[in-house]
Amino acid sequence: MQAVIKADKLSKHFGHFTAVNEISFEVAPGEIFGFLGANGAGKTTAMRMLCGLSIPTSGTATVAGFDVYKQTEEIKKNIGYMSQKFSLYEDLTVLENIRFYGGIYGLSDRDLQQKSETLITRLNLQNEAKKLVGSLPLGWKQKLSFSVAVLHEPKIVFLDEPTGGVDPVTRRQFWDLIYEVADRGITVFVTTHYMDEAEYCNRVSIMVDGSIEALDTPPKLKQQFSANSMDEVFYELARGAKRSE
Amino acid sequence: MRTLKFLLQKEFRQIFRDPSILRVIFIMPVIQLMILPWAADYEIKNIKLSVVDHDHSEYSRKLINKITASGYFELADYSNSYKQALHKVEHDEADLMLEIPTSFEKDVVKENKAKLFMALNAINGVKANLGGAYLRTIIQDYNQEIRLEWLQMPRMNIEPTIQITSSNWYNPLLNYKYFMVPGILVILLTMIGSNLAAINIVKEKEIGTIEQINVTPVKKYHFLLGKLVPFWILGMVVLTLGLFISWAVYGIIPLGSYLTIYAFAAVYLLTVLGLGLLISTYAGTQQQAMLISFFLMMIFILMGGLYTSIDSMPHWAQIITKFNPVSYFIDVMRMVVLKGSGFWDVRYHFIIMFTFATVFNGWAIWHYRKTS
Ligand SMILES: Nc1ncnc2c1ncn2[C@@H]1O[C@H](COP(=O)(O)OP(=O)(O)OP(=O)(O)O)[C@@H](O)[C@H]1O
Ligand SMILES: [Mg+2]
Repeated sequence: MQAVIKADKLSKHFGHFTAVNEISFEVAPGEIFGFLGANGAGKTTAMRMLCGLSIPTSGTATVAGFDVYKQTEEIKKNIGYMSQKFSLYEDLTVLENIRFYGGIYGLSDRDLQQKSETLITRLNLQNEAKKLVGSLPLGWKQKLSFSVAVLHEPKIVFLDEPTGGVDPVTRRQFWDLIYEVADRGITVFVTTHYMDEAEYCNRVSIMVDGSIEALDTPPKLKQQFSANSMDEVFYELARGAKRSE
Repeated sequence: MRTLKFLLQKEFRQIFRDPSILRVIFIMPVIQLMILPWAADYEIKNIKLSVVDHDHSEYSRKLINKITASGYFELADYSNSYKQALHKVEHDEADLMLEIPTSFEKDVVKENKAKLFMALNAINGVKANLGGAYLRTIIQDYNQEIRLEWLQMPRMNIEPTIQITSSNWYNPLLNYKYFMVPGILVILLTMIGSNLAAINIVKEKEIGTIEQINVTPVKKYHFLLGKLVPFWILGMVVLTLGLFISWAVYGIIPLGSYLTIYAFAAVYLLTVLGLGLLISTYAGTQQQAMLISFFLMMIFILMGGLYTSIDSMPHWAQIITKFNPVSYFIDVMRMVVLKGSGFWDVRYHFIIMFTFATVFNGWAIWHYRKTS
């Protein structure tokens, strides 16, 4: 099958600093692709290039068949993005946020109505629907944020550390949500610092100081590094990193 | 269109939920319009006048009477020595000197023309300048009176005139607040407009929500329009509030039409908001935005002709005022309020303001980056 994300020697420089160094990989449709790396490895920078938020310095990449240099606005129609920093409007209610984002993605009134109902029921937010998002606990905010990012049924959803700072129970629930959208055929591109989450991915790549040092399914990676867990694999690779903050 | 609807809905909700915005919009204008005109009141009484009367005629006495009767002047000295009068000015005992030549009465009667000499004490420039303006107005008034007097005499049909070079289309004697309040209203609208617009987008940058917008297919002009429209409406509300206060507190009713003011304000607000949006595309933090906007406002206000008349600025400064939107609106306000100018009289102001609006907004849209 045709890959939905293709990157070839994709790089990003900030002045003399190389944040992302010639990364190459492909992501298949419907795949859950884990994008691992220590702090400062360049995950967010790479993801922002794929989302059309940042123009690469060199290399090529296509997302949903569109070029990351010239067709950024086309890409944006086909993806959902949940940034590392929580970015729903805290001064709008749950329902208002859902309707706003659905609205600007061009959903019809009927779709908006129906989808917000389903979403609120699915997340058990019936009592919070009319509360300001700022008043919700972090775990709920993250789940809401994710659900809003896939409201318009994108081909691919990019999640940048969606479970950062969230308790283990909520993290499990979050991954249930990820599986649900993957089952609907949405490709998931996710970064995380939790190695148990890496195990949930179909394939993972591990970035060290801007370069991809390993890329395979979790079992194969463990085999390759003769490790018992992804934790060990990651440690083996990230140990040599210079950038870790 | 539908996108815009959602964007506007969001902006309005956020504005009405933010007490600080509402405070700025409603309380600031009220307080400023109540206080500033009094603080910035240049209506100066007790201007010390030194008169040199070489004529000692009935006409010169009438003129001096009229001047002192106005209540603005205090006769510091009355002599027939230019030297003595100048001495007074030099020693700061007089702000203003008026010299009436020997032939004043004769000239008015026979030649229909008379010259007066006026010297200002530049140490307290504002006081002297204003005194000069008052004095000119009084003399002009006096001129009218003797004209009337002469007109009653059947044999004389040529009107005697006293030459005064200034063109006083406003009358500071009437009420100085008529002059200041419309100008302060313009400044207010400018500050509120540009600040709110500049800070708003930068705030989204700081919180990170702008990234979430930039990753959607929303067109950048839609997004900027979504910011422009609500603040434009709020600006019009502030203007209405300001005009209401001008009327209720100061009794100011424009000689011209409110329609002209609103029409011009509509274009002016586009300019100011466009400038705010432009600033926000350059600034990364709210502090930066505030600083840039503050810096520009300082220049705009100081060179806008509210406090210092543009005519008395040096040539290079006058050229700068041509690029200052504030000076055009102040001009239009004063023309409409004090002079009763209509749409046609300010047509060039409209064209220029429209150009400003187009440039600032176009530039903002061009410079706004959804992809960095
Ligand atoms: N706009 C920028 N200008 C200069 N340097 C930048 C910029 N953005 C990121 N960097 C640098 O690039 C490197 C990679 O940053 P990036 O945010 O992509 O890392 P990350 O893998 O997402 O890290 P984290 O796990 O902490 O989120 C860092 O050293 C960062 O300081
Ligand atoms: Mg990151």
